[in-house]
Amino acid sequence: MLGCGVTDNMSAIYILWKRELIRYFRSKARLVGSLGQPLLFLVALGFGLGPIFQKAGQGNYFQFLGPGVVCMGILFTGVFAGIQVIWDRQFGFLKETLVAPVTRFEIMMGKTLGGATVAFIQGFFVLILTMIVGFRVQHIFLIPLALVAMFLTALFFTALGISIASVLSDMQGFQLIMNFVVQPVFFLSGALFPLAGVVNFLSIIAYFDPLAYGVDAVRGSLTGVTHFGLTTDFTVLAIISSVIIVIGSYLFSRVEV
Amino acid sequence: MENIIEVKNLTKKFKDFVAVDNISFNVEKGEIFAFLGPNGAGKTTTVKMLTTLLRPTSGSINLNQVSVISNSENARKTFGIVFQDLSLDDELTAYENMEFHAVLFKVPGKEMKERVEKFLKLFELWDRKNDLVKTFSGGMKRRLEIARGLLHKPEILFLDEPTQGLDPQTRNKIWEYLQNLNKETQITIFFTTHYMEEAEQVAHRVAVMDHGKIIDDGSPNQLKEQTQTKTLEEAFLKLTGTAIRYEEASGTDKLRAHARMWSHR
Repeated sequence: MLGCGVTDNMSAIYILWKRELIRYFRSKARLVGSLGQPLLFLVALGFGLGPIFQKAGQGNYFQFLGPGVVCMGILFTGVFAGIQVIWDRQFGFLKETLVAPVTRFEIMMGKTLGGATVAFIQGFFVLILTMIVGFRVQHIFLIPLALVAMFLTALFFTALGISIASVLSDMQGFQLIMNFVVQPVFFLSGALFPLAGVVNFLSIIAYFDPLAYGVDAVRGSLTGVTHFGLTTDFTVLAIISSVIIVIGSYLFSRVEV
Repeated sequence: MENIIEVKNLTKKFKDFVAVDNISFNVEKGEIFAFLGPNGAGKTTTVKMLTTLLRPTSGSINLNQVSVISNSENARKTFGIVFQDLSLDDELTAYENMEFHAVLFKVPGKEMKERVEKFLKLFELWDRKNDLVKTFSGGMKRRLEIARGLLHKPEILFLDEPTQGLDPQTRNKIWEYLQNLNKETQITIFFTTHYMEEAEQVAHRVAVMDHGKIIDDGSPNQLKEQTQTKTLEEAFLKLTGTAIRYEEASGTDKLRAHARMWSHR
């Protein structure tokens, strides 16, 4: 009986995960379109600020910027996948899952893992894009480590999106979240500039920025340059991802339609 | 006949506003039961509570002797639901939508294919099974939703304004399927609608709700006799008045607008 229950639970999570992937790969236009923003950042900032970065003695800016833009792709895709729950629970397919004989936890996990996988794949495509533009991986054997960091980052931000969506009743707050949470998280994470030597308050903020650890872990794994150190990065990422999944599950379990 | 839906002293308050005010009613197994009322009467809130989507402030609901409040997971196995807003996944095919439902509702793998085929054929969608739902017309989407709602063989089917916005042909066809199904399998059908002639034609029994209370119930004929009117529509207007109900655009309406905007980004 117990064994049967476990497979049942897995199948609900699996089918919700599979749905996210089918949707992602089915709409090619969206897939390509969402690479536009990272590409713009790479081209505009990479080529635009690159020479100054070089003159300041910091080396090739693409080497620095690449991992940052990869994480940007993950951040936006992940948060958006999570926050879609707002209307999905009212009109979308999610409403149909809420009346299914499965627990809210399973729904939350299926949705989170699905969204995170999509964000991760998106990040992977951006990584390939950065390589085309000029980013070079320093340690091939550390690539798996970078992928783990990317997945943890994706997991965190998808679960964060779902948590936010669980407390917002409509999309009025969406713009607020984008401007006061997602954008600051990105711009203050050290994705675009080195955190070493910035003014004090910025470096303090970075300590509380989840993306800072994601960016640092990916950058550290791929180029060998880190700010916090890889051990700290992975520890923090693992802890905050677990915590946000617990919080998200709790908030999502209280959602009423 | 045994009661398959039992509602006792059901109340739902949103802060100070009492949306559903201490209502009690029963629906017998095999009945086609119409739940009528003007906009804002509390119908949808009641349906949401019956289908475990909203927790009641007080009162009890049993579906097939299972408490919706204390045992919601098992209660969910007893019913299928067709929501007012479409809840299909547009970017999946008809078959995939059915398949996903089957997995979520724990339909055994062996039976799944057989049942999906049976219900898609019953609702005349088998030819289009591999087409994306977004290419479907409104009527086809509705039929698919009903087919999906029946896939796990529920004993009760809830339909919240199932025929809204559909042409008379499609409406007739849908009720033809449902009435046949009701005769063959004794499935209980609980539906809300604003089309009074529809309720008059298909419902065995109707309940009229207004201002959070059930103000009358009985067979369409009983209601007409009581109010000394010729049609259910007249009876309904006599019971609930002719004043147009003012409804503010709710959060849901705003959300609907946003969803339209974003879903095609």
